[in-house]
Order: sequence, then structure tokens, then C-alpha cells
Amino acid sequence: MSYNSLEEIVRECQEKDLPFDEVILLDDMNERNVSREESIETMRGMWEAMKGAERNYDGSLQSRSGLVGGAGKTMRAYVESGNTLCGPFVGKVMASALAMGESNACMKRIVAAPTAGACGVLPAVLVNYQKEKGTADEQIVRALYTAAGIGQVVAARAYIAGASGGCQAEIGTASAMAAGALTALGGGTPPQITHAAAMALKNLLGLVCDPVGGLVEVPCVKRNVIGSVNALSAADMALAGIISRIPPDQVIDAMREVGDQMHPSLRETGQGGLANTPAAREWCAAQEEE
Amino acid sequence: MNLFDILGPVMVGPSSSHTAGAVRIGWMTQKLLGEQPVEAKILMYGSFAATGKGHGTDRGLVAGLLGMRPDDERIPDSFEIARKMGLSYSFGIANLTSAHPNSVVLEVKGKSGRTLEVQACSLGGGRIMINRLDGLDVNCSCEIPTLIVHNLDQPGHVAEVTSMLAHKSVNIANMSLYRDKRGGSAVMVVEMDQPLPKESLEWLEHLEGIVKVTYINVTEGEEDDVL
Repeated sequence: MSYNSLEEIVRECQEKDLPFDEVILLDDMNERNVSREESIETMRGMWEAMKGAERNYDGSLQSRSGLVGGAGKTMRAYVESGNTLCGPFVGKVMASALAMGESNACMKRIVAAPTAGACGVLPAVLVNYQKEKGTADEQIVRALYTAAGIGQVVAARAYIAGASGGCQAEIGTASAMAAGALTALGGGTPPQITHAAAMALKNLLGLVCDPVGGLVEVPCVKRNVIGSVNALSAADMALAGIISRIPPDQVIDAMREVGDQMHPSLRETGQGGLANTPAAREWCAAQEEE
Repeated sequence: MNLFDILGPVMVGPSSSHTAGAVRIGWMTQKLLGEQPVEAKILMYGSFAATGKGHGTDRGLVAGLLGMRPDDERIPDSFEIARKMGLSYSFGIANLTSAHPNSVVLEVKGKSGRTLEVQACSLGGGRIMINRLDGLDVNCSCEIPTLIVHNLDQPGHVAEVTSMLAHKSVNIANMSLYRDKRGGSAVMVVEMDQPLPKESLEWLEHLEGIVKVTYINVTEGEEDDVL
């Protein structure tokens, strides 16, 4: 895309008096040489696929490895009991994030956003936001442009793959994208959108990618929960008028620096961190025997 | 990366490199074979060999060979579907040197008896690269219309192909030439900005010294389905 910084997008919004999502939409039309309708149709397809994935969750499924499955169902039942600490809305977001992460591990159809491992964050917050507020599909689709625009800048300045920069690059980026989308839906200005993204990313800086057995299961599924809840809190902070003291683009650059310094054992190799705990090593050894 | 590389693709989980990329490799292989495969020997390497089973890489490759796309919900059931459709497959380990960690070698045979050996790798985000075809380096992504010509290593064949393209007003985006030895088997890989008409392919196939012509256009192929 033509923007390498969030600051450039904000400047474009201010100079042309356009919303954040419109600047991203215009850029997509130009980059891919498509009409406005074609671009929106593709994005609507992504939104429909996200909703479909949320609906099609099957709480009785286990992943092939047997490491994950059923947590989304358990969480939903707990939320329905009415006793949650976080309240029903946040509880439902958490249940959806678990459900989506588990659907991915169980080979169901999902939308990589930005990756398959982080596929739960955006739908968990947006599907439940829509249910809570009755927002029209059209507006959510617009918010997805905001999210994707933020993700593109992160991909351009840093990275979005766990193998490159650890989980901060996957769940961190997904959380920043979701925080920006929520802030846009809440009526935030372009600077507020970028500050929400920055605060979300800051809170997950340094998160390593340490999947047990190299599988997108443990701890990936539950990290979708923290990415979602973190996005909600970052968006609320931004909408309250709180800003990131470190400018958003510099936060992304810091993520890159942290990722570059991350030891390879903590970048999706399944060698360090949780993957290197006695429990994980025992599980892997048992798998090899089979 | 375009906007829908960030938000997307729609795919069957759990991994864009190990699942979606594997489906694309299988799909591309059956496209390159040009017919439905009836036999497939699948040899995995590196991370594909180490974590492929848990990521459904094995099922993804078979699904692709059956013509499924990365968002096809039948991918988890591809082994059963393969049996019904008469595709017999086997898995093993590939001994490769200095290959991408997510690599696979596919030895396939079609219903007419035609065979093909493909070595490919998954680059992440569902994007792939075909590294070798029938033992010759090719290194193409096949994301734009691609012409692969196997010919004898003798003068004139490159000129025949490029003059034909010029005549059809087709622009060459990338072009590479490979051969096993002087005067032996050669292959040219031509990536193009425009699709190629069918009659040009037929004309090429009948030239002396041209052994095999393969044309792949993913944008066209996306609409068809072997199943």
C-alpha cells in the first residue's frame, strides 16, 4: 500500500477531511485496480466468513492432537450463569475468541486476520459488538478497512508472523487492528484510532511465540482471548481521551526492535518458553512414542 | 502485501503456511499435471515433516490434489474423499539439501498415465513457490499466467516462444532458463502479464524439439473444480 506510517494516514484524513476507513478503501482501489464496489464486496465476503466461522463453532470437537477443544463452550455456559467478573459482554467476547481459536485448531473455516493463529481477535470483538449495539453490517465492513489499514502499516514497518517477531507480531497486531476498528465504531477520530492501536500493541510488546509441539493450539487459542480483551480496553482508553505517550508509529518500530532481539527459540520454533516446559516436553515425547 | 493479505485469506485452519499453503501446492500440482491424479507419493521435508500431521499438512496436500481450494470445508475429510475418487496416496520423508523448511516433493501419476514430479515450498500467508518440475529448477510462484516449456537444449526454442508471445502482444514479466546439461533437457519458465490463447499452446506443442508445454493461469483455474 502507499502508506508506511499511521501518521501519513492521519494526515491524509485531516487534509482531505476523510474518515480513516475511506483513506484505506481508496488506497485499495488504487493498489489493486478495482472499483469501490468490488473492494467493498471482497471485504463484505471477509465479514460474512467471520460471522460464519463464529456460528459454525462446534464445542464437541477436539483438535487432532487432543490439546484443545471445548473451552469456548465451557466459557459460554459460565457467562450464561451470570457470575462472571468481567460482565456478560466481555464474557461473550472471551467465549467467542476461544471458540474461534479452537475452530482454527480443528480445521474449520476461518479468516486469517492477520494470521490463522490470531484469527479469533477481530471476529470476537466485532461479532459481539454488533450483537450488543445492533450495528449495521455496512458499518462493521467499514471498520474492517480501519483494521486492515493498521495491519498493513504494522506489516510494512515490522511484521505479522510469529516466526519473524514472536506472538506480539500476531496477537499484538490483531489486537491493535481490533482496537482501531472498535475506536472507529465508537466514533473516534483518526488520531484516536491510531492511539488505540498503539496502546493495544504496547500492552503485548515482548510476547513470545512458543507453541507446544509447534502446533497452533497451546497457548495460541487463549492468547486470542487476551488480544480481544486488550483491544476492548485500549479502545475504551482512546475513546475516553487517553493517548499513547509514545507516538503510534514509534510503538510499531519498537515491536520490530523487540522482535529482532527475540531469541529464535521464542519465534515459532516450538523450542523455548511454554514449549520447553516439562509438561510440554512430556507431551511431545508421548506423541513420538505413538 | 495487499489489503486482503492482511485481512484474509478465508481458509481452513490451523496454519496459513502449513495448511492453506499445502492445499495450494496440491492444487497447483494437479493443475500442472493437467488431469486428475490417481497415484501420489508425498514426501515431506523440514517443518512440514516435523509438524505436518498436527497442522493437517498431509490432508491439505491430498485435498489440493483432489482440486480443493484452501477454504474448502472438506479438507479434513480429504483422505476419505481420495479413496472414493480413486486417488491412492502414500507419505514419506524427503531427503533434500538446502531447501526451504516448509518443502514437499510430490510424485504424481494421472489417469492417462502421465507422470509429474513437483518440489514446492510454502512461504507463509498461504503463498507458495514451485521449486522443481521433473528434476529441473523452475522457482515460480504461478501467481500470474505462467508458461513452462520443456525442450531439448538446442538453439532457437527461446526465440520461437518469445516471437510467438510478441505476435500475440503478450508481455513477459519474468523469464528463466534452466537445463540439466549442455545439449540435454531444458526448461523455460515464462511469467506473463496477459493470458495466452489456447491455439498458441497447441502450436508450440507441435514444434520439433519441444517436449512438453504446460500453461497455468490461476485466475482462470480458480473457478473450476475437479470434484
